[in-house]
Amino acid sequence: MISPEEIKQTLANALPGSTIETQDLTGGGDHWQVIIVSPAFEGKGLLEQHRMVNEALKGAMDDQRIHALALKTFSPAQWEKLGS
Amino acid sequence: MADQVLTQIEDKVKNNKVMLYMKGTPDFPQCGFSAHTVEILKSYGVPFATEDVLADPTVREGIKRYSNWPTIPQIYIGGKFVGGCDILHELHERGELEPMLKAAFNK
Repeated sequence: MISPEEIKQTLANALPGSTIETQDLTGGGDHWQVIIVSPAFEGKGLLEQHRMVNEALKGAMDDQRIHALALKTFSPAQWEKLGS
Repeated sequence: MADQVLTQIEDKVKNNKVMLYMKGTPDFPQCGFSAHTVEILKSYGVPFATEDVLADPTVREGIKRYSNWPTIPQIYIGGKFVGGCDILHELHERGELEPMLKAAFNK
């Protein structure tokens, strides 16, 4: 189990300047959906973007505090396009 | 021994334009993420090869090392690792999957 604050803090440290939304998918605190818009994703493919997030949260996944993680990642430009 | 499985995976990934490592089979997927992945691929009407990682623990473990990716399913297109269910879904939604498949089959 992990708190949304810890997820956000961990990701904010690894990927400064990101906008991060978390959703507890089951209410159990270990299945999460994370939406993250980060300038660090600019020019990178989805695989690379997901790898960056997985890497940042590796500790919490390795010790099973996060059991499942559904990711939606966007560069600011990709996010902009989505909203228009 | 361990390297043998990586060679075997490499062969399949390079010799199939679309290769899916999944839990179960396309007709009987054993996990929701694998099922969804099959559904997406089928919607394009392209042929794809699959391997059931539940049938062989060395492949189940080997594929994670091969791609340095922690989860299954794993999709390879044109010999390259694309991602898991989330990424395939997202590429599908964004309209980026079709050009990738076309590129692989036009080679």
